[in-house]
Amino acid sequence: MSVLIDKKTRLIVQGLTGREGTFHAQQAKAYGTNVVGGVTPGKGGTTHEGWPVFNTVAEAVHQTGADASVIFVPPPGGADAVMEAADAGLKLAVCITEGIPTVDMLRALAFMKGSSMRLIGPNCPGLISAGRAKAGIIPGHICKEGRVGIVSKSGTLTYEAIHQLTGLGLGQTTCIGIGGDPLIGTSFIDALTLFGQDPETEAVVLIGEIGGSAEEEAAAFIKTSFKKPVVGFIAGQTAPPGRRMGHAGAIISGGAGTAAEKMKALTSAGVRVVKSPADIGRAVADALKAA
Amino acid sequence: MKIHEYQGKAILAKYGVAIPKGSVAYSADEARAAAVALGSGVVVVKAQIHAGGRGKAGGVKVVKSPDEAYEAAKKMIGSTLVTYQTGPTGRVVSRVLVEEGLQLAREMYLGLVIDRSTQRPVLMVSPDGGVEIEKVAAETPDRIFKAFLDPALGLQAFEARRLTFALGLSGETASRTVKMMMALYQAFIATDASMIEINPLVVTTAGVPLALDAKVSFDDNALYRHADQRELRDLGEEDPLEIEASKFSLNYIKLDGTIGCMVNGAGLAMATMDIIKLAGGEPANFLDVGGGANAEQIKNAFRILMLDTNVKAVLINIFGGILRCDVLAQGVIAAVKDLGVRVPIVIRMEGTNVDLGKKMLKESGLNFTTADSMGDAAQLVVKQATVAAH
Repeated sequence: MSVLIDKKTRLIVQGLTGREGTFHAQQAKAYGTNVVGGVTPGKGGTTHEGWPVFNTVAEAVHQTGADASVIFVPPPGGADAVMEAADAGLKLAVCITEGIPTVDMLRALAFMKGSSMRLIGPNCPGLISAGRAKAGIIPGHICKEGRVGIVSKSGTLTYEAIHQLTGLGLGQTTCIGIGGDPLIGTSFIDALTLFGQDPETEAVVLIGEIGGSAEEEAAAFIKTSFKKPVVGFIAGQTAPPGRRMGHAGAIISGGAGTAAEKMKALTSAGVRVVKSPADIGRAVADALKAA
Repeated sequence: MKIHEYQGKAILAKYGVAIPKGSVAYSADEARAAAVALGSGVVVVKAQIHAGGRGKAGGVKVVKSPDEAYEAAKKMIGSTLVTYQTGPTGRVVSRVLVEEGLQLAREMYLGLVIDRSTQRPVLMVSPDGGVEIEKVAAETPDRIFKAFLDPALGLQAFEARRLTFALGLSGETASRTVKMMMALYQAFIATDASMIEINPLVVTTAGVPLALDAKVSFDDNALYRHADQRELRDLGEEDPLEIEASKFSLNYIKLDGTIGCMVNGAGLAMATMDIIKLAGGEPANFLDVGGGANAEQIKNAFRILMLDTNVKAVLINIFGGILRCDVLAQGVIAAVKDLGVRVPIVIRMEGTNVDLGKKMLKESGLNFTTADSMGDAAQLVVKQATVAAH
């Protein structure tokens, strides 16, 4: 099993005809994902690399039976694309777009409240169910089917964790990049809940970073409600306060959001917290042995 | 993006937030003229830097005449102000704000940010103003009152009234404060602010509420639709290397160590800094070249790293997803050849076309050390930096 996407997922690409949309649609298809079409307003009725293009998400859903979308539209239209996906009745939208204004996301998340759609991201690498399907930009060739779930705020650091696991012969169920923005659709807790319900996922890697309190909230959740072993790493242990480290959300302000606090909270919740990012894979191997 | 107090106040005033009378001065003469324009009475001269804690550091002076304003400004402008927020190097003061002196009855706190957990804007007040709100939150959390706002509908009058009464205000002062809160919310949304803090929010002895200070910062992601805000950027507040990096869409932050790092992705870049520290070294910078960097950007990134004379060795850590390892290798080789780099370079790369990338590095005839894991790479670069420093 896996969470959120698998071979049955019917995926459309919002922004299919753009450079990124085209490239990653092809990559997803090559990985075995059932990509059924794309949406580019104004290009409806055409075909692109063999896929039908629609003007609206609603039309794409109607014509293709799509139930999920991956969004590659530029930042000014990012939040709008999320709302359109929710309005069209999709179950899942994965927003890769980096740089969406926070106020736009505030509105989009409020708009989504009445829908049943799950949003991953924005500003994230998306997700991949190893050996099954992917929606986003995580390279497929580093993954291997197995029993470890990954949830992470970071992109390339997620690849690093996958690479370490695969190198040790430890495969993955689903790897989810939730994104590093202040406002995101899926939290650590949401992802942990999904992994908790997935019988194939036997351990979880949680990769956080400085800023906000999502890791502390995840720790509280793990303490009371998550039974599977968790390995944690927090990026930014050496980050100076007051400086935004790349991601809009990665900033220590007023002494809050430090790596030390997050590592402490996770440790006290029973998470195996590694100080070095090079130790993630080995810690998972240990955790699985002990379980 | 951070802006100065006087710029923040001017924006808030446009939306109807009451602020003290005053003007900015770039010289002592201008400061004197500003004090005269305010009626030659008591004025406050405030150093304008993008950091808090100015009062304790001598950056705020209450003076009684235009001549004293001249003297205070003369001392401040061009001087370096070190506060708990600036770090030990401090910030050079290039301008001061000259404001009317006021008789204060109350000093309170008013702030507006977006709360990540509830995904709502949160308006916060505290009767204890003038001190750090984080300190109030930690020590006396019951002295902070919050309203979590509906993101679609915004601040409602009843919410503003509840907070105003929680501050213990009444009568005309209370209704003016409610109006100020409504104006503050309008300003926040319209300008795509990421934070507005008024600390202190004061009430004068005449009962008038005013924003005595204003800390406003904008959402960088929204600057594309606010040309007027981009004009407010003060390059004097930024590190020259960071300015140079921003020209090439490189995310660079200068730090104090000796090991330059070049990484793709913010999380991996932070993790690379962490592992350098664990190996006993100190990172010289944070540098995220982004997911889709090309050879030209890699070259510019390298050039910027080399402009930092503290750098004794460089660690390149790239996990190639979109950014292919051969493109990275090509960029690094070109940079090292063109720039005549003399410091040792450790490269760890993984991902798409990694074998081709490694082959290119090996055949370049240049002195690179390659590492297979992050851990090994960190050990190697720290060792080389230590050797190079001696």
